[in-house]
Amino acid sequence: MRSTLLVAIHVFRDSVRDKVLYSIVAFAIILMASSFLMGQLTAGQDVKIIKDLGLAAMSLFGLFIAIFIGVGLVSREIERRSIYAVLAKPVLRHEFIVGKYLGLVGTLFVNLAVMAIAYYGVLEYMALTLPAGAFTGGPPATDPRLLLAVGLIGAELALVTAIALFWSSFSSSALLSAAFTAGLWVAGQFGADLRNFDQVVASPVAVWLARGLYYVLPNFAAFDIKAQVVHGATVSGDYMAATLAYAMAYIAMLIVAAVLVFSRRDFK
Amino acid sequence: MDAIRTEGLTKHYSVGFWRPRPYVALEGLDLEVAPGEIFGFLGPNGAGKTTTLKLLMQLIFPTSGRAEILGRPVGDVSVRRRIGYLPENPFFYDNLTAEELLAYFARLFGFHGQERATRVSRILDEVGLGAERRFQLRKYSKGMLQRVGLAQALLNDPEVVFLDEPMSGLDPLGRRDVRDLILRLRDRGTTVFFSSHILSDAETLCSRVAIVAHGKLVTAGSVAELVPFRVRGWDLIVSNLTIAQVHDVGGPDAVVREIADGRHHVILPEAASLDSALSRVTTHRGQLLSVNPVRDTLEDYFLARVRQAERREVG
Repeated sequence: MRSTLLVAIHVFRDSVRDKVLYSIVAFAIILMASSFLMGQLTAGQDVKIIKDLGLAAMSLFGLFIAIFIGVGLVSREIERRSIYAVLAKPVLRHEFIVGKYLGLVGTLFVNLAVMAIAYYGVLEYMALTLPAGAFTGGPPATDPRLLLAVGLIGAELALVTAIALFWSSFSSSALLSAAFTAGLWVAGQFGADLRNFDQVVASPVAVWLARGLYYVLPNFAAFDIKAQVVHGATVSGDYMAATLAYAMAYIAMLIVAAVLVFSRRDFK
Repeated sequence: MDAIRTEGLTKHYSVGFWRPRPYVALEGLDLEVAPGEIFGFLGPNGAGKTTTLKLLMQLIFPTSGRAEILGRPVGDVSVRRRIGYLPENPFFYDNLTAEELLAYFARLFGFHGQERATRVSRILDEVGLGAERRFQLRKYSKGMLQRVGLAQALLNDPEVVFLDEPMSGLDPLGRRDVRDLILRLRDRGTTVFFSSHILSDAETLCSRVAIVAHGKLVTAGSVAELVPFRVRGWDLIVSNLTIAQVHDVGGPDAVVREIADGRHHVILPEAASLDSALSRVTTHRGQLLSVNPVRDTLEDYFLARVRQAERREVG
């Protein structure tokens, strides 16, 4: 456990100095700030647009970090052979993998927090500059329920990171791992369509296949509550708890699989 | 108890995606290395040196056979607290400084607080890294990375240290530093197992060597046993002599080569008299720049055995 934490802290320290990471976060914040200008062009819809764009930016740029840095976590270590010196130390392979995962998830959460603070900053500015009574009837600009969406974005990114780690635990190619991870993320957006496949297709085989895929593929659509919170709709505590439990179970399964593969892997 | 022991250590790989075929990286390696030895593991590129080191570090798993370090199986994580390993062409984390990297590794070994800081600083001094220790590793040259690699291998004062091509990427000064470091380790009682294809280094450092070729052990023994000291002639370098005088110095059976700026290389055969040659240099008022015995080197022995193994492989 101690070694796992040390590896995690090391990943965090190494990642937060990565210029690519800064660029992604800076770009996301610039996009959020520029959404303020876009809002000015759309009379009456400005706050909603900023809320929408801000959450989308957090999700998208978080996804970039999770895929590209997540995939590089292990494959880059193998490519550059930095893993050799680490695994010759008193560190077990499963401690290394779990530590790598926790370190990157920690980095992601810190970045997400930075983006969320910037997001609320822009919304607070809007609240101060808009005329009094602009929010009558609608949710406030700095609606705390937006944090529910940020929380599920965090859970979604933690799951994407686990997928990236899983692929890179046995693939030697960072590019292939990134492609597989991105592919799974895209496929996971269509969870509801796969579940209701019988409503559009008559073939029982296709329906059975789609239902099977629905249960196997990660259901990323479940993490997307952006529209609800932006419009001020209530998201139940049960839904949040069930979605978070789903994410944790899926992540645990992926990490166990990654550990099993990685523990017997030859570093040629 | 041996410091290192392998029995029938074998590693086969599958190569090719569509039609995989077996590739023998190492076949039935039996080795014993005594505590306190400097053991040279020699062989041409692709002979199985790095494969052996990776098997000992459990970076790859054997197809068959077994290996022990300090009497424990290599898979035992407690052994790793007592050993050090320098990988070939080491590479570390770009964004960390040498100090930070070593502090991270020191934490993995369980060193805390002041002890960790003191240890890191001492080791960096020992491998000759000064103010550069506070630069990010992305700015390091290959030679500097090699020094960082050595530092991390020695961080825990290991009882056995494994060095994969430790002289690789080092300039002559760096190579001398590493040679001195290895000798200091031996004086402290550390067992040093190093792979190399620089045979002169192995010859000056090792008490015993093993030669591998095509994944098989060709021979193992002490350097003195493998290469008995027998003078086969003399190498002279002389100057301030005309070509006729040089031939007179060497006699009829000597080989004479002009170097440059009036310097000549004279190779005297075993039967020639060194004393007579030297006195003729003095008679002709020439200058003797150097004189060295010509003898079988580890390199000669190595080449002969590796070629023999190649012929067997082809046959």
